[in-house]
Amino acid sequence: MIKAKTILMAIALAGLFSAPANASGTAGVEPKFSDWTFGGLFGTYDEHQLQRGFQVFREVCAACHSANLISFRNLSEEGGLNYSESQVKALAAEYTIADPASLDGERSGIPADRWPAPFATEQDARDANNGALPPDFSVLAKARTVQRPGLGWIMNYFIAYQEGGPDYVYNLMTNYAEAPHDVEIPAGQYYNAFFGGGIAMAPPLADGLVTYDDASVPMTTEQYAKDVSAFMMWMAEPHLIARKELGFKVLIILSAFAVLMYLTKRKLWSNVKH
Amino acid sequence: MATAAKSDATRRDFLYIATGAVGAVAAASAVWPLIDQMNPDASTLALASIEFDLSPIEVGQMVTIKWRGLPVFVRNRTEAEVESAKTVPLDELRDPETDEARTKSGHENWLIMLASCTHLGCIPTANAGDYTVVSSNGNQGGWFCPCHGSHYDTAGRIRKGPAPKNLVVPPYAFLSDTTVQIG
Amino acid sequence: MALTHNSEKYDPKNPALKWFNDRLPLLSFGKEHFVDFPTPKNLNYWWTFGMILALCLGVQIVTGIILAMHFTPHVDLAFNSVEHIRRDVNWGRIIQGTHAVGASMFFFAVYVHIFRGLFYGSYKAPREVLWMLGVIIFLLMMATAFMGYVLPWGQMSFWAATVITNIFAAIPLVGEPILQWLRGGFAVDNATLNRFFSLHYLLPFVIAAVVMLHIWALHIPGNGNPTGVEPKDSHDTVPFTPYATIKDLFAVSVFLIPFAWFVFFAPDILGHPDNYIMANSQVTPPHIVPEWYFLPFYAILRAIDFNILFIDSKLGGVIFFAGSILILFFLPWLDVSKVRSGSFRPMFRIFFWVFVLDFLLLMYLGAQPAEGIYVTLAKVATAYYFLHFLVILPVVSRIETPKPLPTSISEAVLAKPA
Repeated sequence: MIKAKTILMAIALAGLFSAPANASGTAGVEPKFSDWTFGGLFGTYDEHQLQRGFQVFREVCAACHSANLISFRNLSEEGGLNYSESQVKALAAEYTIADPASLDGERSGIPADRWPAPFATEQDARDANNGALPPDFSVLAKARTVQRPGLGWIMNYFIAYQEGGPDYVYNLMTNYAEAPHDVEIPAGQYYNAFFGGGIAMAPPLADGLVTYDDASVPMTTEQYAKDVSAFMMWMAEPHLIARKELGFKVLIILSAFAVLMYLTKRKLWSNVKH
Repeated sequence: MATAAKSDATRRDFLYIATGAVGAVAAASAVWPLIDQMNPDASTLALASIEFDLSPIEVGQMVTIKWRGLPVFVRNRTEAEVESAKTVPLDELRDPETDEARTKSGHENWLIMLASCTHLGCIPTANAGDYTVVSSNGNQGGWFCPCHGSHYDTAGRIRKGPAPKNLVVPPYAFLSDTTVQIG
Repeated sequence: MALTHNSEKYDPKNPALKWFNDRLPLLSFGKEHFVDFPTPKNLNYWWTFGMILALCLGVQIVTGIILAMHFTPHVDLAFNSVEHIRRDVNWGRIIQGTHAVGASMFFFAVYVHIFRGLFYGSYKAPREVLWMLGVIIFLLMMATAFMGYVLPWGQMSFWAATVITNIFAAIPLVGEPILQWLRGGFAVDNATLNRFFSLHYLLPFVIAAVVMLHIWALHIPGNGNPTGVEPKDSHDTVPFTPYATIKDLFAVSVFLIPFAWFVFFAPDILGHPDNYIMANSQVTPPHIVPEWYFLPFYAILRAIDFNILFIDSKLGGVIFFAGSILILFFLPWLDVSKVRSGSFRPMFRIFFWVFVLDFLLLMYLGAQPAEGIYVTLAKVATAYYFLHFLVILPVVSRIETPKPLPTSISEAVLAKPA
């Protein structure tokens, strides 16, 4: 009976953490799951990848997409892109920031400034983009996900799968294609096999579009997609590494405490028949 | 038998102490974040130090800028103001401090101070009070706090009234002839 | 066993403490209720969840007070202020993560606690009031969790607020005015967010007060135990401290491990990606699902998609939804068996586990889209949920023959294989 109970409890536990089904419906192709450096328990960001991703973001995405919650100073934070403070200062100074307190109502940027938005208002953004609003990038990587096939969602709790967002972005970036004959795409939209139909965003990436400093990194759509997905994950979760590092310390001390508590409890109860 | 019981008791005590110690360490480490969260956050700290361009400020002009949420006077003093400040004997001052000590050498014309009266924190009025320099352009330099009547001289030192101290000079440094970093 | 207030009066030796204690007998009270309190010695680990729940409430209150220091309850600022906490506030990601994950851990623990009570007959005389106070705490927890979920002002927050407040519109005649009164407007908006923030801050303290009544009501008859046989004498019990406290603390330390796992390694996995999109009253997300701990009741709400006589489907859903929890108040009188513990009730025990599975099935169905086979299954599972309380329990408790009970806890303990 103990055994049956244990099994039932295990099922109960699994069931209690039951997953919402099919969060972001992707009717199209099966997603490809990438091996992210920041995945899993021990994963950390690859600062070179983040820097490349930032370059793609800056040169391509940022023309339409804002990232309102990102400050220049974030780019020099530990565990992220690891730019030096002087690099960030120089970068920020390249941008003009609207500041009513300044002499002409604007000034050059400083590290404490937020990343400037490409459009002043939502209406401007829509007008420039065929009526569609390009979503803000700050937490977009956590606002999207892909479902793992089958019972993968149960495993997710045990492997702490948090990479659904970058997997989504990567697949979206790499699945633009010619529309099949039986699919009709409304005017002003583009066929994306992963999205499962027409999408308002034109294919943003193309081979060779961005020139990387490191010539050993392939300058392909696939590589750009990967790098910018990683960068978007960093934008959404900039302190991921610090959080995991602290997590290990906490788990170690908690486990030690639990073992000691068990021994203490056993010792204490050893003279009680129960 | 007695030894066995004793060693058992020692082992038990050690276990209890070890458990208590680990528990105490864990609890203490859990408490620190709960306290530290009230300290200034990263966005506030990012503005703890600011750079300011002095070039638009003409001689005899003053601007008030914001630093760490506080108003700061940045004054480009005239020669007469500097002279007036330098000639005051220290023993006449309530809070004795030379003009040199309140400015940076080579940039004596620049006076940078927190715009907060050391009495009860009002913002003093510039070019006013009993210690201003009277010139053909009107009153220049000197501050007067309208709240309780404290008079400050052209170096921002307390001369008269209820305030006990000179206007506070924040930590700052010249990065170039026209740029200062405050904080 | 009954705990009378005169038993073993405690007198502090220290004159200062004695002086204080004579005027306000706080020390005697603490000694009586948290040290000497006789606890059945055969309690198993399912009984440690009371302490775990106290911990959860404490964690939620402490982290919640901290979050309130940094949060801004305004429709334009709430979403970004939560992100500000995660990004800029010292330890903010951990504190906010603890609060969000803590809600899930709290509900996990409360479900274990409730089902433990269901199995061991903890609702039976003389503990009916204790049980009913527990149901009240559960209801307050649901209200608190729901309003807390609205505060980050993401898409799920907004649409949860819209859907759940709409439940009140189902009330005949006065539904619409009540809905507007709840929302402070014609739709969920700034007024709603602000009052939810205020109430979300208030309710945990109400919960804490009811928890005290819950503990008071527990200390009148004392703990139940796995045999369901009341303790006869001091051989059947141990003092609460150190025996139960140390055992509870061990359970707490184990409970904290998965808690920390989620906080540090998967803080978003129990939430929903759509809540990282700022609330938009013009767009409903394609699949809106409540947090996992509301899923069974959500499934029941959705299952009623037909009119019942003069009651329309919406009101019907709400009646079943509310009834599924309110029915717990009547449980002490639905199950009339004199035997408390499920261990000695062969038939009840089977139906108990079927009910557990039914509850988990409802939870699963609550997360599925309301279409096809899921709808039918949800109706069957809902019907079974009520059948369990209204038919199975009353009938089983009358017809089953319980196994022979031990005469005392000590006897049951000695009979256990070593």
